[in-house]
Amino acid sequence: MKANDYLIHNFRDLGSVEDIFASNRRDFLKRVGGGIVIFMAISDALLGQEGAPVRNRQRGPSDFNAFLRIGEDGKVTVFSSKIEMGQGIITSLPQMVAEELDVPLASVTITMGDTDEVPWDAGTWGSMSTRGFGPPLRAASAEAKGVLISLAADKLKVPAENLVVKDGVISEKGNDKNQVTYGELAKGQKIERHLDTKPAVKKPADFKVSGQSHTRRDGEAKVTGTAHYAADIRVPGMLYAKILRPPMHGAKMKSVDTTAAKAVPGAQVYQDGDFIAVLHEFPDVADDALAKIKADWDKPEAKFDDKTVFDHFQQLGADDRTIKSGGDLDAGKGQAKKNFEATYLNSYVAHSPMETHAALCQIEGDKATLWVSTQNPFGARQRVAEAIGFPEDKVRIITPYVGGGFGGKTDNQQAIEAARLAKAIGKPVQVMWSREEEFFYDTFRPAAIVKINSGVDDAGKMAFWDYDVFFAGDRGAAQFYSVPNHRTASRGGGYGSAREVHPFATGSWRAPGNNTNTFARESHIEAMAAGAGIDPVQFRLDNLQDERMIRVLKAAAEKFGWTPAKGPSKRGYGVACGVDAGTYVAGIAEATVDADGNVQMKRVVIAQDMGVVINPEGAAIQLEGCVAMGLGYALTEEVHFKGGEILDTNYDSYELPRFSWMPKMDYVFVKHDELAPQGGGEPAIILMGALVANAVFDATGARVYQLPMTPERVKAAMAKI
Amino acid sequence: MPDKISFKLNDKPVELAVDGGRTLLWVLRSDLALTGTKFGCGEGFCGCCTILLNGRAARSCQLQVKDVAGKEVTTIEGLAKNGRLHPLQQAFMDHDGMQCGFCTPGMIMTGVNLLRLNPKPTEEQIVSGMEKNFCRCGAHVRIVAAIQQAAKEMKGA
Repeated sequence: MKANDYLIHNFRDLGSVEDIFASNRRDFLKRVGGGIVIFMAISDALLGQEGAPVRNRQRGPSDFNAFLRIGEDGKVTVFSSKIEMGQGIITSLPQMVAEELDVPLASVTITMGDTDEVPWDAGTWGSMSTRGFGPPLRAASAEAKGVLISLAADKLKVPAENLVVKDGVISEKGNDKNQVTYGELAKGQKIERHLDTKPAVKKPADFKVSGQSHTRRDGEAKVTGTAHYAADIRVPGMLYAKILRPPMHGAKMKSVDTTAAKAVPGAQVYQDGDFIAVLHEFPDVADDALAKIKADWDKPEAKFDDKTVFDHFQQLGADDRTIKSGGDLDAGKGQAKKNFEATYLNSYVAHSPMETHAALCQIEGDKATLWVSTQNPFGARQRVAEAIGFPEDKVRIITPYVGGGFGGKTDNQQAIEAARLAKAIGKPVQVMWSREEEFFYDTFRPAAIVKINSGVDDAGKMAFWDYDVFFAGDRGAAQFYSVPNHRTASRGGGYGSAREVHPFATGSWRAPGNNTNTFARESHIEAMAAGAGIDPVQFRLDNLQDERMIRVLKAAAEKFGWTPAKGPSKRGYGVACGVDAGTYVAGIAEATVDADGNVQMKRVVIAQDMGVVINPEGAAIQLEGCVAMGLGYALTEEVHFKGGEILDTNYDSYELPRFSWMPKMDYVFVKHDELAPQGGGEPAIILMGALVANAVFDATGARVYQLPMTPERVKAAMAKI
Repeated sequence: MPDKISFKLNDKPVELAVDGGRTLLWVLRSDLALTGTKFGCGEGFCGCCTILLNGRAARSCQLQVKDVAGKEVTTIEGLAKNGRLHPLQQAFMDHDGMQCGFCTPGMIMTGVNLLRLNPKPTEEQIVSGMEKNFCRCGAHVRIVAAIQQAAKEMKGA
């Protein structure tokens, strides 16, 4: 990789960009004090790849996204706008720094997601923190070590090549009395380095800290209840706000009577058009007062619901965008001896983090400070600044621990609400959504349709593949099997489509698009294998030339103890492969299905090639989380709605995965140290739909074409056999 | 009119002048600023707000503050004694029994109750005892392992 690939500056089109860079650096340097500071940039080509709302991508008054400081006390601090929402980068990012700098992990801290303390970056999503931020962070650490070694060479009067570094101490080879610590070297220094060449980083074989498992650094705070989330922040004089919500998306307020709410002692009602809130020093009292508001609404006609949405999609007739094609489909159809045509459906799915959206806004003088549960603090800053008419540098977003995001905490509506109210009332205001509000304003994973037509020849080779995905987006749509004649098209775009497509907001949901695409593709592949009378692992291997995929599939089969059989074998085994966030992943699952259509997963084996693994424990945890969360969209999770009315308001009708659903999980990380770290937070989840569908098929002979595979749908499919 | 309500909170007596019909969860979180107990769903489905009431797990979003008058309430903040973590807290750390950590206080309180009722639970008993607590990140298998470790360590304690 060349230095220029490494530091892609994306903001050259901004007018006075150089001035902004300079003043930003000066600002940050002033704030961080003395020591050695290395600025680094994260390739925005990677950052903006997915998930990033465009409004965040366009702005970035900075040529660096993070920096690293060796303080005069020898302590190392990383300043990054990334946030911790469970994915574990609070541990893995410092691990990389400790590794390259040769310091104990305990001496590295990380300041995250505070817009006054850290430089701009788009946000935390797309499995980008390790693969996008990892390389510059490691390089910056290596650069810092280089600076320290050259300072030490002067101080110790020893040529650099005769120095060794251990645990933050540089000493002369063979004479370790002649030594100096990082802290001593940093003392009195004001060294600013900009990472513009690529320093040599360590080879994975030499890793001491990275590549080792470390338990979470936030563990103690989280088990003692001292870890603060946005709604846990308390400031003097604060009020809690509950906001009046329409009964459905698109409803318009006709009339409202707030008299009874105003009569509640201590309650304050704020109204600005149809934005009506009740504020009180206790949130439950505010909530009770809100319930006393009487409002009449004009409700738009519901044009479709969760059952008829697929007909609605068909009628929209979206444009086709071919994303991959080759060969000649008609010729392929001529060569095929068996054809397979099927339509796959999936429903809207909620993010449903356990922490609902929350924000606290405190305005002091001309400065607003907000504590926000968000995946993109700088996106929140921009939207809040716009909403309350403050310059962006007069808005500070602090991101405490975030209680789960999964792509759903990027819109920051709750921060705007808190800010508007705090400005209007003149007191600090906290907004924390109820579970019903969380469902109502969630940016759901879109419902989608995939249509596949394909064929195999006499030799069990795929002859053609004709694939259309509607409204899920194209992530994961491009198949990786070696089929000579193929066409893959995405229709209607992905999440975030226009209102006429969906009656409510849709957004990125952990591995957006790929869950839909991998469910359809791998269900279809397994159906082809069964139709051709070939073992599903063998069928895939016969039709694969991609070495990485072959390796992960073989690794999964070996770990599972796969024995070949054509499906349905009645064993309840299912296979699936996929690619996401640069990671190759293959899985094999075992399930049982009862006569009522209830599916119990017994075992799931996942093999993953994610390049160098920084924290094997952290990677395993993410993988387990993918399996657990993926069982939800595979088995039960489905948003029920009627037009803009969201019928699910809590967990009585929307069912999350539970302890008893958990299969025995095994995993293999296929060694691939030559490759930089790839994504780990999303890949395995893409397999879960197909793993369950294929295991159900293998157990029963029934194929379920629609997610989630509720007992009713499984039973209906079994009845058709 | 506010009621005078006294109870023991994390081993210390408290007396509140408060409307007894208010929800315990919000009294803990706002009046008493004990924010370790979390709001997850407000209807008793998810278990994020679990506390111990006279040693038994209870969902604080389903309790009124008058329900705890004269009783003992333990929240996650009161579980460690004399600066020493409860063995289950330590086990959650050792096993990384959490990701985002938002369900963790409720998980731990439910787990403490489970171990009180059944000091030597089988894996199946742990699963069924934890079944009504939700974790969205998917830390389930590690939570089970943590409870198993704590059960071993607490034996004879």
